[in-house]
Amino acid sequence: MSQPTQQEEFLAEHARSRQPGSSDEPEAKGLSQGQIVRKRFLGHTGALVGLFIFAVIFLLAFTSVGWAGIPGWWKYDHLDVSPLVNDGVPTASLWPPAWGEHPFGQDRIGRDLFAMTMRGAQQSIIIMLLIGTIAGLLGTVVGGLSGYFRGWVEAVLMRITDVIIIIPVLLLAAVVAQSVNRRDQGGWFSGFAASNGILILGIFLGLVSWVGLARLMRGEFLTLREREFVDAARISGASNARIIFKHILPNAIGVLIVNVTLTMSAAILLETALSYLGVGVKSPDTSLGLLISQNQEAFSTRPWLFWFPGIFIVLICLSINFIGDGLRDAFDPRQKKFNAKKAKDTQLSGEAAKKPAPAADGSAGD
Amino acid sequence: MVTYIVRRLITAALILLGASFLVYLLTASSGDPLEEFRASSAPNKQQLMDSRSQLLDLDTPAPLRYFKWLSGAARCLVPFAGSCDLGKNIAGQPITEALGFALVQTLTLVTGATILAILIGIALGIITALRQYSALDYGVTFMAFLFFSLPIFWVAVLLKEYGAIGFNDFLRNPEIPLPVALGIGAVAGLIVAVAVGGAARRRLVSGGIVFVAVSLILVYFSLVQWFRNPGLGPVVIAIAGVGLAFAVTLLVAGLKNRKALQASLIVVALGVVAYFAVQPLLNQATAIMIVLLGIATIGVGVGTGYLMGGYDRGQSMRAAGITAFLVGGLILMDRFMQAWPSYFSNSRVRGRPIATIGAGTPNIQGDFWILTLDTFTHLILPTMALILVSLASYTRFTRSSMLEIMNMDYIRTARAKGLSERSVVMGHAFRNALIPIATIVAFDIGALIGGAVITETVFSVRGMGFLFLDGIVHTDPNPVMGVFVCVAVTAMVFNLIADLAYSALDPRVRIKA
Repeated sequence: MSQPTQQEEFLAEHARSRQPGSSDEPEAKGLSQGQIVRKRFLGHTGALVGLFIFAVIFLLAFTSVGWAGIPGWWKYDHLDVSPLVNDGVPTASLWPPAWGEHPFGQDRIGRDLFAMTMRGAQQSIIIMLLIGTIAGLLGTVVGGLSGYFRGWVEAVLMRITDVIIIIPVLLLAAVVAQSVNRRDQGGWFSGFAASNGILILGIFLGLVSWVGLARLMRGEFLTLREREFVDAARISGASNARIIFKHILPNAIGVLIVNVTLTMSAAILLETALSYLGVGVKSPDTSLGLLISQNQEAFSTRPWLFWFPGIFIVLICLSINFIGDGLRDAFDPRQKKFNAKKAKDTQLSGEAAKKPAPAADGSAGD
Repeated sequence: MVTYIVRRLITAALILLGASFLVYLLTASSGDPLEEFRASSAPNKQQLMDSRSQLLDLDTPAPLRYFKWLSGAARCLVPFAGSCDLGKNIAGQPITEALGFALVQTLTLVTGATILAILIGIALGIITALRQYSALDYGVTFMAFLFFSLPIFWVAVLLKEYGAIGFNDFLRNPEIPLPVALGIGAVAGLIVAVAVGGAARRRLVSGGIVFVAVSLILVYFSLVQWFRNPGLGPVVIAIAGVGLAFAVTLLVAGLKNRKALQASLIVVALGVVAYFAVQPLLNQATAIMIVLLGIATIGVGVGTGYLMGGYDRGQSMRAAGITAFLVGGLILMDRFMQAWPSYFSNSRVRGRPIATIGAGTPNIQGDFWILTLDTFTHLILPTMALILVSLASYTRFTRSSMLEIMNMDYIRTARAKGLSERSVVMGHAFRNALIPIATIVAFDIGALIGGAVITETVFSVRGMGFLFLDGIVHTDPNPVMGVFVCVAVTAMVFNLIADLAYSALDPRVRIKA
């Protein structure tokens, strides 16, 4: 029954998806790779919305309760206890738009949930950035070295990768959590760890999340080093460092950036999950996962304690995922981003006289 | 080939040795197993500490303890000797025993969820790839990103609140108010209108039909208290069976293959007759009997297809076999629904069937149907949570794989020689798109027995993940090592299988020996 229409639609889709390919080339003419990528990224609505939401959350989280000793504009912080207003029910309302005393409500002992959520979002973002940076750097170095030099360098580095990839992250997180908790046993490390639990956790998780990236970069380097332009560079006397940094890395940067972004979105969930299991961020400090873990029992009486941190996790993660998707589309030269509106415009202006576009049905609307 | 496998296995063994040494040291150094006694004020504190030190052999330094553990674990490699020794946990239970129990729990939890997630994910991926850039595609893509971003513990708590507590409250008085029925109908109609594609008129008609049908069914359910006394009955099975016969034939053989369609319809008729025939038999059902009946059902279907023949006998057999299996599933579902009222009023269940924790109601008594229903009601929430979080990757992966294949030259050739869209999609594109998916599935099956640590924690299932986490919390290396070795070995074996399967399925990929 649905056969013919589906077929028509599919064929039409195909006919159209070929068009931008040809119309893309003059668009890209005379532009550098960076310019093309920027142009494509800015044409990706989902990525722009994601970027905007992430920027808003970032600013809100870091300015409201302050960071690293700098005071924020919000009157409470995540530890302040104040008398319960209206039994802790959120005071924010959409209409009439009002902020109120405790916009996200309060927990049982009167701590302000807005401050706690903002603090948690800060922690999650810091850990995410740490993991992304460390995993990106380590993964590139290990993957690049083993892919470029091959031989024993590759054998050693890849076996180390194999070992690390099967060690459960949960175990490492537990070890970190334990060492952070051992405040009593002197030593500079435990002292530092006790006051900077987040940094330690982020660094350690970064030290274990690079393995997937390393394998990927190795694959990228393996294919790129066989390409003609690398041979040409080598013949003209370029050093290894020059080949790596000037010829291979710029071509691998797309894969790298996209996957660092995706690693970061996974990192948010990893951190919240670890905190939820009790081996991540520990109280008195707070994080989004810890807030949910502490408040899940109170769901029937104080549901807002559960909703707001969860929504922030989903929002941060979702926006990072969309940014990653936009970057992937922007960096992948094979992927011809199809713009329904543009295709319709060209069709209308170009061959409006010939025949109505076969694909001008509602399904192409964006 | 053999050299390649042997080399891979040796490398894997070495990696396993290195990693297990690291894991042992990390677990042993992650905390102090005597901590709970140090803080206690029990009079026999010293004695307790001594006995635990002896149990965990704490006087030996951790690296040496690893080699002691290794000598015990190495005996597991001797087949059928029964001398496998993975040590004991902090409560004195042998790890091999604990692992066996946990493995069963984990597999019952994750197997169904994984299979369902794979099936739904692949189906969604194919549909979205065929309707690239449609409203459906954008909708599913957005849902996939949303599911990618959902923390499973958050979903689990929501499911507990609305899926279990809310649904149980609803069952107390299963009446659906008219506005709610209309609302659900409208949502269903909207989804269908988006999903069918095609011209606006076609969408409106399909959406409208679904809206009316769903609303009417819900009103009917509410009037007869269907959720209290559910059941399908032979009429519904017959109608649904005919629908399934058409759908399966459409996918497997195309409606033009009349013989295949006839074979499927005959199978449905046989199924309705069998519905009455097997009822007395089903009253004394056991698990083995159900499996045997299932095999017999498929056999009857394939046989009918063979007898009907047609220009492509294989297609008829496949269509009839799949239809038979699905109709058999309907009959089974009906029987479960018949058992529902007695399960519902069971003294241990007390009218709150959907459970939020555990893997079964303690001390429940009843026949096969009651006990299986009990397992189902305990599995449904964790299964839903697991499906939600793992669905997205299958959908996205299938979609991109399918899109890539649809741009291949041989697909254009297939179209050019005049094949129907069905055989192009199902025969040429889908099978080739499955190759990369097969490797992903192999990886995931390898990771299955690691269990879902968070899901198990939230739903209090004492599976592998629980064992692992418990070992970490108590600084007890033996259970951690047991779980780790199981998980790592399966993961490595399935990685190897995935690589071999890839080269077997895709002749362009050759293994370098």
